Amino acid sequence: MAFGPYLLLATLEGLVTAAVLALTALGLSLVFGVMRVVNVAHGEFFMLGAVLAWGVSTAFAGHPSIGFAAALLVAPLVVGGVALLSERLVLRRLGYEPEATIVATIGLLYIVQQLALSFYGADARPVQAPFNIRIQLPWFGYSGYKLFVIVAAIMLMIATWFVLTRTKAGLVMRATQYDRETAQAFGIPVDRVYAGVFALGAMLAAIAAVLIVPIQQAHYLMGRDPLLLSFIVVIIGGLGSLRGTVIAALLIGLSDGIISVFFSPTLAKMLATALVAMVLVFRPQGLFGTVAR
Amino acid sequence: MSGGARIDGRTLALHLGVIALLLAANWLLPEYHRGVFARVLVLAVFAMGYNLLFGYTGLLSLGHAMFFAAGLYGAGLPVYHLGWGVPLSFVAGIAAGGVLALAIGLLALRTTGVAFMIVTMMFAQVGYLTTLYFTTWTRGEEGLVLTPQMRSIAFTDTTLTLTDPSLRYLIALALFSVVLFLTLRLVRSPFGRTLVAIRENEERMRMLGYDVFRAKLTAVVLSGLFCASAGAAYGLLFGYVGSGFASIQYSILPLLWVLAGGAATTLGPLVGTLFMFYVIDYTSGITTAYLMLVGVALILLILFFPRGILGTVRERWLKWLP
Repeated sequence: MAFGPYLLLATLEGLVTAAVLALTALGLSLVFGVMRVVNVAHGEFFMLGAVLAWGVSTAFAGHPSIGFAAALLVAPLVVGGVALLSERLVLRRLGYEPEATIVATIGLLYIVQQLALSFYGADARPVQAPFNIRIQLPWFGYSGYKLFVIVAAIMLMIATWFVLTRTKAGLVMRATQYDRETAQAFGIPVDRVYAGVFALGAMLAAIAAVLIVPIQQAHYLMGRDPLLLSFIVVIIGGLGSLRGTVIAALLIGLSDGIISVFFSPTLAKMLATALVAMVLVFRPQGLFGTVAR
Repeated sequence: MSGGARIDGRTLALHLGVIALLLAANWLLPEYHRGVFARVLVLAVFAMGYNLLFGYTGLLSLGHAMFFAAGLYGAGLPVYHLGWGVPLSFVAGIAAGGVLALAIGLLALRTTGVAFMIVTMMFAQVGYLTTLYFTTWTRGEEGLVLTPQMRSIAFTDTTLTLTDPSLRYLIALALFSVVLFLTLRLVRSPFGRTLVAIRENEERMRMLGYDVFRAKLTAVVLSGLFCASAGAAYGLLFGYVGSGFASIQYSILPLLWVLAGGAATTLGPLVGTLFMFYVIDYTSGITTAYLMLVGVALILLILFFPRGILGTVRERWLKWLP
């Protein structure tokens, strides 16, 4: 095969990865940015979204698009509910103390994983794509659904950006992120903002999972890679920086596909992880972030 | 570091008593439980290494599986591929852990707080992937099985094989005792007090003129050495070296054991490891949801019982407990 079509294919596949990764990482970044909580269970929220998408879409008989639309609505809501519950019951009682919350979210990770294993099983199961159109590109036909995923992720990110920068809710969130105590003094219900942000972060992961699940099957261990990759994206992009998160997701998503072609995937992951750890060691504010006050 | 460690009579008596009890257990315990105890003693050494850093120095690492695995592979690979003797490879395992801990410490200690946890987790992930990548030598998840011939120590006229349950138990106990007394001596020494003071207020220690970085680095290396000795002993005593021991789960387990037993107590790691081991052992008869148990235990401990078993005992009744 010639180089041109090959590169186009790798780029498109990379863009799909980047789109889903950006959404997932955005959730993690929001939670860390506003609450200063490292949510180790974030990948499990992703997995939960995918498993729920399978459950909902198989419950509807008719055309696959009905089930998919239902999953797109139900899965994020349920995952958001689970996140809200765990925030109220566990994280709030710990006073958002960094070490304690990490231990608690590790616990949450194991619980969600075990629940998925017990009730969903160890099999990987596919979800049918809502539509099956091939779009003819210069050299080959490409899945219309994958292009839809890219567009949907971009729109969701624009929506998140709009909420954060142009609405009252976003202003409240940014104020809480900037200075929790002053925000509280100005009458912002910091406590409720935290609950909302934690749920929102989990919902973003769940939406990303619903989008990816017709391409990649639902499995109870599928949360591991998104967690690690989201960490990588958030660190490279600078913790709590939206623009950095998007750029980093693009960078990682595109390079992931290309590097995996030339090297063994294990070596690629090894090098990427080591490199990111080095970024964190020598440039803790990330490549795009600003120095913490 | 040495000198000035004051260990009073009752503390010494308590620790010697615990070791005497464990020694007697070799002849009193039924065969199955003696096997469990042997494993628990080795894993408690792992937990003690973790406790030195987490409990006493206040550094939460999420990557200690790499030090355990360094010991495991540092000892297991030479035995398996080069035919080294048991004592030499045991030392090699410990050395591997020490070198790794020094390198990781130099890098990871540049970060603090949340970043330190993530960096250690990522380095451990690199370690895990490394064991998978060099699958020609490590056989990845499947692992290497060290045969009884590889695990025998030949003296002039007798041959000791590490498959003998009694010998295995006594070696595990010997390692445990050495590390326990090293820990006790360490935490009662001025250096141990320095570590605790760094945990309580790092800035103040720096202002007082202590070399905080150096102290923390020493703690990381000592912790790595302890954990590696546990890994090396585990591989040699139980004859199995696999990638599973390098996975993230083995970074979380020592945290769980130390939290359960009581962080910053000398005997807490033993109590926590023993407790969690038996909880999982008994419930595995009822349910296979072993991960669930780990998760629930972590959340309940951190929510309602953050001092653990011995930490609570010390707070309520025995103030002198080290």
